[in-house]
Amino acid sequence: MDFIFSSWPWYVSGPLIGLMVPAMLYIGNKSFGVSSTLRSMCSMCVPLNVDLYRKNDWKNDIWNLVFLAGILIGGIVAGNFMTDGSPIVLGEATVERLSSMGITDLSSLLPQEVFNWDDVFTLRLFIIAIVGGFFVGFGARYAGGCTSGHAIMGLSLFQLASLIAVIGFFIGGLFMTYFMLPTILSL
Amino acid sequence: MKYAKFLLLGISFGILLIKAEVVSWFRIQEMFLFDSFHMYGVIGSAIVVGAISIQIIKKFNLKSIDGEPIVLKPKPLKKVGNLVGGICFGLGWALTGACPAPLFALTGAGYSIMILAIIGATIGTFTYGLVKNRLPH
Repeated sequence: MDFIFSSWPWYVSGPLIGLMVPAMLYIGNKSFGVSSTLRSMCSMCVPLNVDLYRKNDWKNDIWNLVFLAGILIGGIVAGNFMTDGSPIVLGEATVERLSSMGITDLSSLLPQEVFNWDDVFTLRLFIIAIVGGFFVGFGARYAGGCTSGHAIMGLSLFQLASLIAVIGFFIGGLFMTYFMLPTILSL
Repeated sequence: MKYAKFLLLGISFGILLIKAEVVSWFRIQEMFLFDSFHMYGVIGSAIVVGAISIQIIKKFNLKSIDGEPIVLKPKPLKKVGNLVGGICFGLGWALTGACPAPLFALTGAGYSIMILAIIGATIGTFTYGLVKNRLPH
């Protein structure tokens, strides 16, 4: 029963994540993709008719909002009842680099030094969480999808749009990781 | 209960994201530092399985659970949008260490601080809706 509590290697978890593609097509005839739920949330919360989301659009996307609620519940289940609490084994260069930037607590899924409610009014957490989230939401819609919709669903369909978007994900991610994050973490 | 199947699939996906460790901020750093094969293995094998599944669906004209022919929607090509939007997304991915699905899985797993990033992502999506027509695509 160890497999319930330990983490799953990539060759187990990756193919299972890939099965989301046919599963979504089979159960609902829908394309797998998560970021469009953020659009539905806008359409629900903000009674503003702009081009991207009409007021009642979300009613056609209830299936995806329910899927999203499932992801949250899955997080509750796995995060509380399916973990042995052992830290992730990271590459040495990553550990060394993070430590040089002041991040030494690698025991959970996020760096506790950065992501904690005590720092909620600091510039550093504002940039990392809120501005970071802003880029995720803005970029996903501008690009037409996120890691699930473009990288997994789109590339499974051999879409050029998705290949371009995934190249973009890496240009942005590498630039942030190598050139901007060290400065932001030192704030 | 026509939505129950989506809830169950979502729960499976949420569990998978946690067990695969792809929700870890550290794993995302490691990926962008090319210091481990883990993330590439997860995403790469997911694409291989997804692509093979789609080929099987096409070859055998498989039907959905409701008996309808399965529709495979192409992703609209908008070169500037795909690239520039992708770059914005990548900047945010490396900062928060999470893309949209992990934001919710992490919040569920007890990292309530991720609500901040969800708020940011919703504002970002909303902002895109406001400025969409003024952006190059």
